[in-house]
Amino acid sequence: MDKSPILTVVQPAAVDRLRAGPQGKRPRPAISGRNVMLYGALGLAALYYLLPLYVMVVTSLKGMPEIRLGNIFSPPMEITFEPWVKAWAEACTGLNCDGLSRGFWNSVKIMVPSVILSIAIASVNGYALANWRFKGADLFFTILIVGAFIPYQVMIYPLVIVLRELGIYGTLSGLILVHSIFGMPILTLLFRNYFVSLPEELFKAARIDGAGFWQIYFRIMLPMSLPIFVVAMILQVTGIWNDFLFGVVFTRPENYPMTVQLNNIVNSVQGVKEYNVNMAATLLSGAVPLIVYFVSGRLFVRGIAAGAVKG
Amino acid sequence: MTVFSTKPPGTSPSAVTSSTARPKTRARRPNRLFRNLSAKIASIPMVLTAVVIFLGGTVWTVVYSFTNSKLLPRLTFVGFDQYERLWATPRWLVSIQNLATYGILSLIFSLVIGFLLAALMDQKIRFEDTFRTIFLYPFALSFIVTGLVWQWILNPEFGVQSVVRSLGWTSFTFDPLYNEDIVIYGILIAALWQGTGLVMCLMLAGLRGIDEDIWKAARVDGIPMWRTYLFIIIPMMRPVFVTTLVIIASGIVRIYDLVVAQTSGGPGIASDVPAKYVYDYMFFAQNLGQGFAASTMMLLAVAIVIVPWAYLEFGGRKRG
Amino acid sequence: MIHDNTSFRTDTSVSIRDLSLSFGAVTVLENLNLDIHDGEFLVLLGSSGCGKSTLLNCIAGLLEPTEGQIFIKDRNVTWEEPKDRGIGMVFQSYALYPQMTVEKNLSFGLRVAGVPREEIDKRVARTAGILQIEPLLKRKPAELSGGQRQRVAIGRALVRDVDVFLFDEPLSNLDAKLRAELRVEIKRLHQALKNTMIYVTHDQIEALTLADRIAIMKSGVIQQLDDPITIYNRPNNLFVAGFIGSPSMNFLSGELAEEGGRIVFKTGETRFSLDGYGHAQPLTPGRKVILGLRPEHIKVDHDVAGGEVHEAVVDIEEPMGADNLLWLKYAGQTMSVRIGGERRYKPGSTVKLGCDMTMASVFDAETEERL
Repeated sequence: MDKSPILTVVQPAAVDRLRAGPQGKRPRPAISGRNVMLYGALGLAALYYLLPLYVMVVTSLKGMPEIRLGNIFSPPMEITFEPWVKAWAEACTGLNCDGLSRGFWNSVKIMVPSVILSIAIASVNGYALANWRFKGADLFFTILIVGAFIPYQVMIYPLVIVLRELGIYGTLSGLILVHSIFGMPILTLLFRNYFVSLPEELFKAARIDGAGFWQIYFRIMLPMSLPIFVVAMILQVTGIWNDFLFGVVFTRPENYPMTVQLNNIVNSVQGVKEYNVNMAATLLSGAVPLIVYFVSGRLFVRGIAAGAVKG
Repeated sequence: MTVFSTKPPGTSPSAVTSSTARPKTRARRPNRLFRNLSAKIASIPMVLTAVVIFLGGTVWTVVYSFTNSKLLPRLTFVGFDQYERLWATPRWLVSIQNLATYGILSLIFSLVIGFLLAALMDQKIRFEDTFRTIFLYPFALSFIVTGLVWQWILNPEFGVQSVVRSLGWTSFTFDPLYNEDIVIYGILIAALWQGTGLVMCLMLAGLRGIDEDIWKAARVDGIPMWRTYLFIIIPMMRPVFVTTLVIIASGIVRIYDLVVAQTSGGPGIASDVPAKYVYDYMFFAQNLGQGFAASTMMLLAVAIVIVPWAYLEFGGRKRG
Repeated sequence: MIHDNTSFRTDTSVSIRDLSLSFGAVTVLENLNLDIHDGEFLVLLGSSGCGKSTLLNCIAGLLEPTEGQIFIKDRNVTWEEPKDRGIGMVFQSYALYPQMTVEKNLSFGLRVAGVPREEIDKRVARTAGILQIEPLLKRKPAELSGGQRQRVAIGRALVRDVDVFLFDEPLSNLDAKLRAELRVEIKRLHQALKNTMIYVTHDQIEALTLADRIAIMKSGVIQQLDDPITIYNRPNNLFVAGFIGSPSMNFLSGELAEEGGRIVFKTGETRFSLDGYGHAQPLTPGRKVILGLRPEHIKVDHDVAGGEVHEAVVDIEEPMGADNLLWLKYAGQTMSVRIGGERRYKPGSTVKLGCDMTMASVFDAETEERL
């Protein structure tokens, strides 16, 4: 190398400043081929995903004569809310004709206690597993997690027997217990992983300050864990609301949750098919989880990422 | 996905509670059973669920699948009779065939569509949140709602078929829900609509987890984007793919509500699936033995998917 | 405040003209000019967020500038793709392709570019030879140590057979010992290859040991561009003076005064004669200034060779083996002095000080510029 770096000569800055050629940002047309492809593909996909929702809404706002004439994608010529009223209050499910409202209230009566009970149990379990590890705890936890993958069909019948022995088969409390049991694996995992991620020093400091199991749980862990409780709640509210199998197996017809009732209304073989009422009923049943979804946004994504194991 | 995140042990509280009143004598070790008593009491629901319902229930069902239980469970063992009968039943064979077709196609399409959507979403696009919301909202809906709305869209009299015909193509035929041969594809369309948003989300999280420098290095090396995805990014996302695969697969085996809502297993038994077979034999046909045998086969199917995965995922590593 | 002492040469390798980059309202680089000679080792030094990595990414073509031009080998590459710029880049996180063997990592870019098989083999073999990674060629990155991985990452830049190498904090992920080893190797590599190298780091030791010239950056602006010795001994401003050197330079606030026809630095009752100080601007009496003295440029007790003698009290001593660092109370301010490791002082004892004013720096208190 021939140069000595120390020899630097001060140079007027503008000597070769005006060299020709490109400068600054590369100009890009606002509508480039790449962007057309990209947004075109995304737009088409979005259309496919939105279509069923759109069809549900427009069908539920049409009268039956219009449905028979037109196609399912055309917007209603004359908007009517009658199908909604009918779906809510008059639609028939084999035995009675008081609409989906009965199923809705059943679902509420099932969901609220189930959500509270399952989260209470699972959060304490997760806390015990994360911070108070005792011999054998990991074994039970492993069984619990593996159990999350076992098809429900394998465990349904023994559970029917257990509930019958307890005298709560067919009742709402029976179904609440079932939801708490099957919500346990994923929720326990969720809470355990969350509590494990909290700094352990916090727990140790509380121990040295003389706090016990419940004191640490209520005074220290609980106040720090609000987000994970919300995630668990979203997970459980949508999961329990959307359940069909447990509802149909573990309750009697008068206690059927909304999903079961909806299926019975739409797929009932007797009478004339009223598609507009069916779609209104479908939308009514989907409303609760949809509202939860749109309100919770990113937390929902976090919840399903965690709850995906549930399948 | 880390199912078991590990944490260093060291929360044994015995050191803290050792005696200070009698410094000379060693504190007597408390009875092991009562150590962490509160924690143990708090874990009773978990232990009961794990042992009685999950473990006990599974063993119970497997044991009773070797009996000739009809209306009520009875312990009269008949060996593999129920399984022989099961595999001789056309309805079971149809449901297995459906599950295989649906399963394989659903795996392929979920992964491909989910990954493609995630890759599109990862191009620093505008309105990312809006697109995500649109792709994922079906996942918030139940299978019953999914099945009913797609039953309506695929209705040959009013749905897609009639719309296309009214546009002039009068011989157009697309009535999967009324055609025994293709009914399972009608269910597949609905299932993909409901589930691909989740796969997209998992894949997108995987893509976002990849070191930014890898992309830069590939650009400096002059590797075209599609080759970067194919030869560098996708191989790097192997764990995400495996986890997603397990999630989709365990969902496939369970498919039940969707079929009930969309086709009720019809036309005839053309869209039957194992879960529905089990349910019908247990609660309608009053043939518990058949139901137990069929559900044990489902368990076996899940085990075939889960065991190798669990072995790969946790086999080499010791949990803390 | 740009001290752009760019030399006027025709052998410019990389040239940056009026470069600006902003993300929305945030300006990262502002009107930046820089010429890098052929075969030069230039280090971009600064704390995180100063824009040094951004500048490197602009040169690589991984970021698009908002304004300005970039020339590599007299070719305007402002709009070129990274692969067409004749650069190779080494990343902090190595960015090796994890599922490929070392050999494939080295050759992948060449194969995609359609380089003939024999040529690829030849280049890979040569690169492996230079970096002594032949035994590793069949291994995957996961089976390599951190140091080995970074060698492979350097190799991936090497096989491209390019004029300019860009390093983005390549040693930051390594432990101290490995870092020192690889530092020496990078220097050896530069001496052997004589390529232009642009190296981003926040580590001043790396900068001082490796660089032909250092560009010290702060908030997207180059504060000083000089060879390491000049940067160390004649910092352009207070920021550079404080940034370079560990322990950092002692700063005494005071003002200039004229006493007996000589310009002196005055703080409290103390005076420092500025006789030997080579000033670039006139030293006008009354000006508020800051006097900067490096710890090793202050002599203690029997090292004091005539001139003014000051007295100070030892506050704390920090023995470091080869050196001993004394923290002194002097004129109400704190000073550190570096002395030989064998000389020890008790806290509270008094020492005599003498200062080498030829090595001092005087800054205007307001503009913080060197006088």
